[in-house]
Amino acid sequence: MVLSARGLRRDFAGFVAVNSVDLDVHHGKIHALIGPNGAGKTTIFNLLTKFLQPTSGRIELLGTDITRTSPAKVARMGLVRSFQISAIFPHLSVLDNVRVALQRPSGLGFQFWRSLSALDELTPRARELLGIVGLDDAANRLAGDLSYGRKRVLEIATTLALDPKVLLLDEPMAGMGHEDVGTISGIIRSLARDRAVLMVEHNLTVVADLCDWITVMQRGQVLAAGDYATVSQDERVRIAYMGTEHE
Amino acid sequence: MSELTLQERRTAASVRLEWGLVALGVLALIAAPFFIYPIFVMKMLCFALFACAFNLLLGYTGLLSFGHATFFGGAAYLCAYAVKAWGWPPEAGILLGMGGAALLGLVMGFLAIRRQGIYFAMITLALAQMFYFFCVQAPFTEGEDGIQGVPRGTLFGIVDLNVTMNMYYVVLAIFLIGVFAVWRIVNSPFGMILRSIRENENRAISLGYSVGRYKLAAFVMSAALAGLAGATKAIVFQFATLTDVTWQMSGEVILMNLLGGIGTMVGPVVGAGLVVGLENTLATSGFPVTIATGLIFMVCVLIFRRGIVGEIYARWLAPAADGGDKG
Ligand SMILES: Nc1ncnc2c1ncn2[C@@H]1O[C@H](COP(=O)(O)OP(=O)(O)O)[C@@H](O)[C@H]1O
Ligand SMILES: [Mg+2]
Repeated sequence: MVLSARGLRRDFAGFVAVNSVDLDVHHGKIHALIGPNGAGKTTIFNLLTKFLQPTSGRIELLGTDITRTSPAKVARMGLVRSFQISAIFPHLSVLDNVRVALQRPSGLGFQFWRSLSALDELTPRARELLGIVGLDDAANRLAGDLSYGRKRVLEIATTLALDPKVLLLDEPMAGMGHEDVGTISGIIRSLARDRAVLMVEHNLTVVADLCDWITVMQRGQVLAAGDYATVSQDERVRIAYMGTEHE
Repeated sequence: MSELTLQERRTAASVRLEWGLVALGVLALIAAPFFIYPIFVMKMLCFALFACAFNLLLGYTGLLSFGHATFFGGAAYLCAYAVKAWGWPPEAGILLGMGGAALLGLVMGFLAIRRQGIYFAMITLALAQMFYFFCVQAPFTEGEDGIQGVPRGTLFGIVDLNVTMNMYYVVLAIFLIGVFAVWRIVNSPFGMILRSIRENENRAISLGYSVGRYKLAAFVMSAALAGLAGATKAIVFQFATLTDVTWQMSGEVILMNLLGGIGTMVGPVVGAGLVVGLENTLATSGFPVTIATGLIFMVCVLIFRRGIVGEIYARWLAPAADGGDKG
């Protein structure tokens, strides 16, 4: 178990967005977080990555209590997230997007007296990562000019640059065509071999195919948890998902 | 040359044109004191450096400080005092001014960077006002009179700064070094992180960057360079007064940037030149300066949103303006 949350709760001005949620994410496994819009999935991501402070509860990453740790520190400890709305640096080149990520562990971040060519040492690795996600042909383009699907893939490549222990992906396939979904599924599966993945996903076919464990959320609470077979048999889940299976 | 930096996205021709213009500008500055009153050009250069230092923060880091007069005027006081009261040589006075400004920047930045946008600006303004009142009260600033009659001295014990032409070329050298420093910082590995923070702060955090530290570092660098400009000005004009620590001074440097073009290297220089030039012209005509600057501000916001240089770049050197790497 690399990431675990106990009794996680977050209030927004009296409204309880996340309520007593327990969650365990394991190495080498893909864990899905599903549930209708507004169920609190993104809020859980924000809590786990410390972009939001939990009202109560406790979070542990690799055996360390991170309940009060800063988001940047948590990222440096190996918990890296993607955002629901793709997060890239639009005015940087695709290659520079990846190099910015590689720059952090390289210790080049504060070198203000050197020229940009100091970053050349990161280029081979950056190209390698772009190759993994199939963006090698777009290295020189402005990231903002990429298609939606390729932006998401770029985001995964920059995330990978940090070699995270736990990867949190918020709707990585939302708004994507059939082919892109296949590509990203493949990438995620290979990523999960030596790290833990927690992903929010609406496409239940993908979830059934990809995920080892599923947590179903509703109105801030865990409705059910288990593997796909168990969860899909659950009466409450079936009610909650009535008619939304093919959205 | 590093592979695929933003510089390389721009056509070689536009880069050459730009460097050509910069070279031309430097030549013009070298020749200027033979044609224009040198004191006036020196004043322009000090303000231009101040504006470039400010641009490092606003244009390249995305932080709007409303308290930069503290660093400009604070450094002027420190330098003037050290040179006059302790008999320090000018280079030591200028370095002290810079160091003092950096320290003030560290304190102000530390208190302000946790806040975003307008709150950041308000905190810097409030702290700058506190510094202003400190300067009004503190005995060493000599109140309303300011520190007068600061000796220019001899630079490194060799260059007599009382000779106007010597003073001029020293100021020009300081200006060029200061602008080069800004350019270097912006186009460095550190500058790359500043740019990514400005583009998508949350993404930068999620990559593990403690963005607060980067902003604070940029704030301190900007303060130090603003201090360099202020201290140099104190040596040139041989005085340091309350004018340089007022909120109007903080506003003026914002105006210079807006007018010239935020996030371009040349814009603040052009903006500073225009504002200083205009003030000089108006000073003799009797037309109220504040009304003129207010009008310029409005025209700027309404017509040249990107500032003069920014508009030129947007039209003729398209990728340069939004990249904001160097101008
Ligand atoms: N910063 C916030 N302030 C107030 N309410 C919020 C905030 N973030 C999320 N919420 C509310 O919390 C609930 C859960 O939102 P979210 O976690 O985004 O859901 P999901 O990602 O499952 O669709 C929603 O009702 C949303 O309006
Ligand atoms: Mg969501």
